[in-house]
Amino acid sequence: MTTARGISGGSRAAFWTVFAIPAVWMLAFFVVPLSIIWAYSFGRTLGLTEVVVTGTPDNYARVFDPVYLYIFAKSLVFAGATTAICLIIGFPYALVMTFASTRAKILLLLAIMLPFWTNLLVRTYALMAVMRTEGWVNEAFGVIGLGPFEMLHTNFAVVTGLVYVHLPFIVLPLFSTLDRLDRSLIEASLDLGAGHLRTIFQVVIPVVWPGILSAVLLCFIPALGSYLTPDLLGGPDSQMIASVIERQFKRANDWPFGAALSFMLMYLTLAAMAWRALAERRAAVRDLR
Amino acid sequence: MRLFARKRGDAGPLDYAGRWSLRSWVAVVLVFQYLPLASLVLFSFNNSKRTIRWEGFTFDWYGRLASDDALIGAFANSLTIAAISTVFSVLLGTMAAIALWRFRFPGKGVFDGVITLPIVIPEICMGVAMLVFFGTVAPWPRDLVWPLDLGAITIAHITFSFPFVTVVVRARLASFNREMEEAARDLGASELRAMRDVLLPHLRPALIAGALLAFASSLDDFVITFFTAGPNTVTFPVKIYSMVRFSVTPEVNAASTVLMAITIALTLVGMKMQGTDIASTESP
Repeated sequence: MTTARGISGGSRAAFWTVFAIPAVWMLAFFVVPLSIIWAYSFGRTLGLTEVVVTGTPDNYARVFDPVYLYIFAKSLVFAGATTAICLIIGFPYALVMTFASTRAKILLLLAIMLPFWTNLLVRTYALMAVMRTEGWVNEAFGVIGLGPFEMLHTNFAVVTGLVYVHLPFIVLPLFSTLDRLDRSLIEASLDLGAGHLRTIFQVVIPVVWPGILSAVLLCFIPALGSYLTPDLLGGPDSQMIASVIERQFKRANDWPFGAALSFMLMYLTLAAMAWRALAERRAAVRDLR
Repeated sequence: MRLFARKRGDAGPLDYAGRWSLRSWVAVVLVFQYLPLASLVLFSFNNSKRTIRWEGFTFDWYGRLASDDALIGAFANSLTIAAISTVFSVLLGTMAAIALWRFRFPGKGVFDGVITLPIVIPEICMGVAMLVFFGTVAPWPRDLVWPLDLGAITIAHITFSFPFVTVVVRARLASFNREMEEAARDLGASELRAMRDVLLPHLRPALIAGALLAFASSLDDFVITFFTAGPNTVTFPVKIYSMVRFSVTPEVNAASTVLMAITIALTLVGMKMQGTDIASTESP
């Protein structure tokens, strides 16, 4: 049923019926807006919201200004720390989930899914209420004679908030990879006399490594682009890239520079994804051997 | 945690779920995840302006929400946008999924990639793209009657929601038996008719799941809406954000609790419906 233009799998009419509308929609409301931002990143401002695209690389050169490099570096560090902490907290949780009874597995899954489904703003606000100076974390410290600590509007609050929000992002993929693990490997290791910790570090983790990498990226990518969490929990010194982008578009009104920044963030994201795809392909090749 | 309780002694070597150290780890994780939310809900019923000491139970803050016209307006906006966005997302998402599953065509890889992009790119990038697009290139007419004035936000929501539907529907399509459709064709159904009468019933659970996903993601979205919303087109999360910026108050707690309750109810209903639906299709 191949037609001249290389559409196969059904009639042309059926193909165009299902293809045309989503394709046009994506083109008009996604590809075009992003392309405009991309074009703007090579332009300069004329007046309030007027931009001329001159093909200048100046905006990208400005990204490498120490002020902005520092913010990029800080964002990478925040996202990296968040991912590492999430991995340490989430791995045992995923392990318990994998080996729990079916009923407990469903409940544990639900328990981690519900916060994941809860509004990001609501969760961030909940943390604000708990961490502020008169919140009850400080009350609790007060009882044992410590504090109050200034926790809100610090980098500590930002990383805590990012961990709080992104924990499900790492637990779910970790669980799905651990669940596919061949348990006889663990049994063999235990039978041969290795302890549990040694089994986990020398057998389980190396075997599920590609899955761990994948989970790490699924946590790192959204953490890197976070806007709300640093905005509400952070102080003046805890801005991440997204806050700077927002400022260029709303208050500073430097759209071309904001466009360049947002494309840098996008390139970082796409690079991380490409790396993940590559790692997965390599793992698949290794499995075949 | 009593769920994992088993008689002592019959714990196998792989019974990681039965070890007390790991169990307490899970307990700590859950306390970390739920305590702030529980305290948020609890203090929305607190009979005091301060949200730290318990002064007795009250519904006052909810009453105050109900009489806040701006908030109710924002809430109505959110529900309207979510409803329209859900209908379009399910339609577009299902079409795209069928196109990708069924057909081979030039540029398929590009189409597949572009459809996945809204799921993976940072929200802020999409937010600013929408801001510029609806701000300068295709300005949405300013003073339209409600709900037409919500058009820009709704279009943005459809754009980031329907790829999720595509993912869910595509996963379900993988388990579709093509012979069923061929049988329908042999019995004289046209191609489109066979799609409608054989394929769509098979997709039902995925359509429900996709619809709930689209509804919840639209209702929940803050970042992209924040960039697309004008002064007169405020949604519930954007309104809550403007309240949060000022301070922690019981009103915000109450508004957050409402939003949380809706999302959780939707999720649970969705999981339940999907569960029974799958059970009924797989064991007729």
